[in-house]
Amino acid sequence: MKTVSLALRNLLRKPGRTAALAALTALLAFSVFGGSIVVRSLRHGLDSLESRLGADIIVVPSSAQSKVSFQNMLLQGTTGAFYMDAANLDRVREVDGVALASPQLFLASLKADCCSVKIQVIGFDPETDFFIRPWMEESVSRELGELDVVVGCKVEAEVGEIIRIYDERCKVIGRLAATGTGLDTAVYCNMDTMKTLLQAAEAKGVSHKVSSGDSDEQVSAIYVKVREGCDIGEVNSKIQGHTRKASAVRTKSMLTDVSDSLAGISSTVTLLIAAVWVLALVILLIAFVMIANERKREFAVLRLIGMSRGMLSGMILKESALCSLAGGLIGILLAALAVFPFTTLIETSLGLPYLRPETGVIVTTGLLALAAAVGIGSLAASWAAFRLSRVDPGTVLREGN
Amino acid sequence: MMLRAEQISKQYFRRTGGANYFHAVKPVSLELQPGTVTVLCGRSGSGKTTLLHMLSGLLRPTEGRVLLGETDLYALSDRELSQLRNRFIGVVPQGRSVLDTLTVEENILLPGTLYAAPDRREAAARWMARLNIEALAQARASELSGGELRRTAIARTMCAAPDVILADEPTGDLDDENTALVFACFREAAAQGAAVFIVSHESDALQIADRAFRMDAGEMNPL
Repeated sequence: MKTVSLALRNLLRKPGRTAALAALTALLAFSVFGGSIVVRSLRHGLDSLESRLGADIIVVPSSAQSKVSFQNMLLQGTTGAFYMDAANLDRVREVDGVALASPQLFLASLKADCCSVKIQVIGFDPETDFFIRPWMEESVSRELGELDVVVGCKVEAEVGEIIRIYDERCKVIGRLAATGTGLDTAVYCNMDTMKTLLQAAEAKGVSHKVSSGDSDEQVSAIYVKVREGCDIGEVNSKIQGHTRKASAVRTKSMLTDVSDSLAGISSTVTLLIAAVWVLALVILLIAFVMIANERKREFAVLRLIGMSRGMLSGMILKESALCSLAGGLIGILLAALAVFPFTTLIETSLGLPYLRPETGVIVTTGLLALAAAVGIGSLAASWAAFRLSRVDPGTVLREGN
Repeated sequence: MMLRAEQISKQYFRRTGGANYFHAVKPVSLELQPGTVTVLCGRSGSGKTTLLHMLSGLLRPTEGRVLLGETDLYALSDRELSQLRNRFIGVVPQGRSVLDTLTVEENILLPGTLYAAPDRREAAARWMARLNIEALAQARASELSGGELRRTAIARTMCAAPDVILADEPTGDLDDENTALVFACFREAAAQGAAVFIVSHESDALQIADRAFRMDAGEMNPL
């Protein structure tokens, strides 16, 4: 019986003791893996939003409500509809330093008989768009026709399916890749389709502050790309002064708010993980010392029959490693069960972009959490192993006789 | 192989009224010859167990040396000494010395599995039968009585067929019938060439002794 086999038997035949130690390492792995995945998902969501927006400046109607609605739309997927004079688009294009400017029109469908689902509809101009088209090209091979729509990954509609928006039958021709943002819950169409949908909404009595029959006069947002080498802040100020009843928002400042929230959550999670670590290490140390005292005689017998100090320490460390490994795996599994099925819930409650990291990152995080669990278990056990290997077996065997 | 103690003694620091050192074992020389049974009697606390632990390599003497053949036990590294004890010295300690997490058979086979050694399952079966514990082969130590645990510890030592057997109060938990059985086993081991050293506070063991000593306040004298 090699020491590893003896260690395994010791663990299996003392299930209560093993379960208690494994539970501690499971708690540790749970907090490390679960916390890291949440933080990484938030970071990935932010990165995704950053890369998806692709614009340096976004111009929205100047009312505070519209700015909040726009941010909520992007981050949380809440529906919103706000409009400004379409002449602002030409004014923006006139500003020195603007390379590209593309308009978008928003419409919120209803949770009513006329609509399949309550969603945000975003109309864009395929000729000038630099925001949705690159994203669409990843999954849709043809141009959007009249009443064609593409859907975000969280919209419950399959490709080829017909969805009703204000009783207009729209064909889903594609599904976009996940971004972890509110953009995943929207439906996208070209401006012609949007005009039809706005008219249909008007016909249903849903006012969108659009002058009747001609939605070209209104836009909801203008996405601006600044010419290479120009100062974004300067261009932003110029746009601000050149447009009417509109606010130019630097995407970077909008993302900074998100980034600040993320940093706050990240610090809280890191603190919690650190607290769990310290707590687990202290409890494990106490547990190992108690177990070591309880097993002193057993170890003295092992020394008596010829186990060297090194072998004895090795056996204790193997026991601890096996136990921590099992606990770590259980903790990671539980964390995965707690985090992955509830992505939407976490995203909604945090109100921040949330996108599950790639499988490679998840696996790496899992391995690191496992290494942390085994490492901390071994660290706690190594102290007990050192103390026990120094115990004089002769003295121990005499005690209690 | 012969085990020889040369003027070994053991002192412990103990705060007393006068001298601060307590002589648990006063300088003693002893030879344990192969094929003989040596018995050491004496009252509790007279230093018998301390002497046995020094002979087994578990407790470094304050002075003197212990030789197995020509090898000085306390000149070896921990690993070398552990391996030597595993291979050549079998110790039956006082009290409980069987691992709870293992079965009787696993306990008996344990010393043979720590280092590369031939399969001892046959010998284990033979010693279990000899000590009337064969029916308990698959029982866990926690399910055994004191006498059964004692016989398991003796079977573990016998199964390893060591050159030297050191037994500390080996019949302490046993009834007369099992005491006789255990003594017969020790005699059998000696007949096969082992040097057997039995420590006991009772005089029963004297019946199988080739040589006998008495320990009194750390001093050993022939009986």
